[in-house]
Amino acid sequence: MQDYFDKYLVVLALLLVGGGIVGGGLAANRLLRPHRPTREKLTTYECGVDPVGAHWAQSYVRYYVFAYLYVIFAVDAVFLFPWATVFAAPGYGMTTLVEMFVFLGFLATGLLYAGKKGVLSWV
Amino acid sequence: MLEIILKLVAVAAAFAVLPLIVGQVEHKAMAHMQGRLGPMYAGGFHGWAQLIADGVKFAQKEDVIPRAADRRVFKLAPAVALVPYLLVLLVIPVGPDGQVALDLGIGVFFALAVMGVGVIGAIMAGWASANKYSLLGGMRVAAQLMSYELPMVFAASSVAMAAGTLSLSGIVEEWRWWWLPWQAVGAVVFFVAGLAELRRPPFDMPIADSEIIFGPYTEYGGLRFALFILAEYAGIVVLCALTTVLFLGGWKGPFLDAELGWLWTLLKVFALSFVVIWLRVSYPRLREDQLQKLAWAWLVPLSLAQLALTGVLRVALA
Repeated sequence: MQDYFDKYLVVLALLLVGGGIVGGGLAANRLLRPHRPTREKLTTYECGVDPVGAHWAQSYVRYYVFAYLYVIFAVDAVFLFPWATVFAAPGYGMTTLVEMFVFLGFLATGLLYAGKKGVLSWV
Repeated sequence: MLEIILKLVAVAAAFAVLPLIVGQVEHKAMAHMQGRLGPMYAGGFHGWAQLIADGVKFAQKEDVIPRAADRRVFKLAPAVALVPYLLVLLVIPVGPDGQVALDLGIGVFFALAVMGVGVIGAIMAGWASANKYSLLGGMRVAAQLMSYELPMVFAASSVAMAAGTLSLSGIVEEWRWWWLPWQAVGAVVFFVAGLAELRRPPFDMPIADSEIIFGPYTEYGGLRFALFILAEYAGIVVLCALTTVLFLGGWKGPFLDAELGWLWTLLKVFALSFVVIWLRVSYPRLREDQLQKLAWAWLVPLSLAQLALTGVLRVALA
């Protein structure tokens, strides 16, 4: 168990290296670049005219339904990974294959239903 | 300990060099294919110094953060976009017998999960800029991630089923040449979905420069903008490397697998990178509704079919 988590120390080390690359680059950049902010320069860019209205404009999120759909499907998909490593092991074979088709059947039916309801198209 | 440090240095070096090579090739390939004159001047012969000139320019530019922006998130976003691709390089095997920085038992899963984090950088940038165009772009990035992550995960798990392992080195060891036709559909789905997740043309609706300026990156300039561009090229390298390892047999070639394995890997990665550039040059941008339709009406059903095919053949052969 100790060895298992030790492996992730390397990931952590590389994460620090990555942070160092970005942070170091920006620090070096600080020495090179000018810094002369003016009122106009710090205005939100809107094709050259003064910004109209508030900065975070309200807009209709057209895809919220398939955002839910994605969450449901993704949760299913995660279970594929552990299953994938053992499904063809001796003693499983046919049983797991039938299970897989049941799983795929559920997903396909869900997808078809969502498609029929029209939630998959960007309106 | 020394071995680990050397491997980390190698990973960091690959991360520093490979994306720049892809960027340079993209400049030149696009210039030739589309008759673009701009990138062919700097330094004389074929504009070899263009990338250096870009670097010098980016390093000198002022770092402007709009008054309305969410400062902390705005400043953090480029790092969130870039660093995950560095982490994925850690688990990608370049050759046989442990020529990999870190052989994780759950390699595929780790690579896909960490790659998804990179996209969050773009969403953060879109939100934190407090710009209407950036926000629209960020929303589109999120939509694209949600539509294309699913077929990508299905295609990758099809390979995991075929190999019976999640370790990337293990997958390449199990790989045989006849996996090429067997996993062909999965390979195409994986590659296309990956391109969409990287927002590369023709899937660059979130950036759509003729419509929403530069999407999430509108308010960025100087080095922070350069980091986003670097993240795009690093993403190309990572996607091509993953496709190579999962679907094209990684270090396996027609001959000298053991000695020249790393060269096969590199060759395949560069060939795929060239395809990525080629697609950018040849295809027009997909409209947002076409983009979503491609994912849900084509890629998801195709990847489910690939899962069925993989399962049936694997059990039949066992």
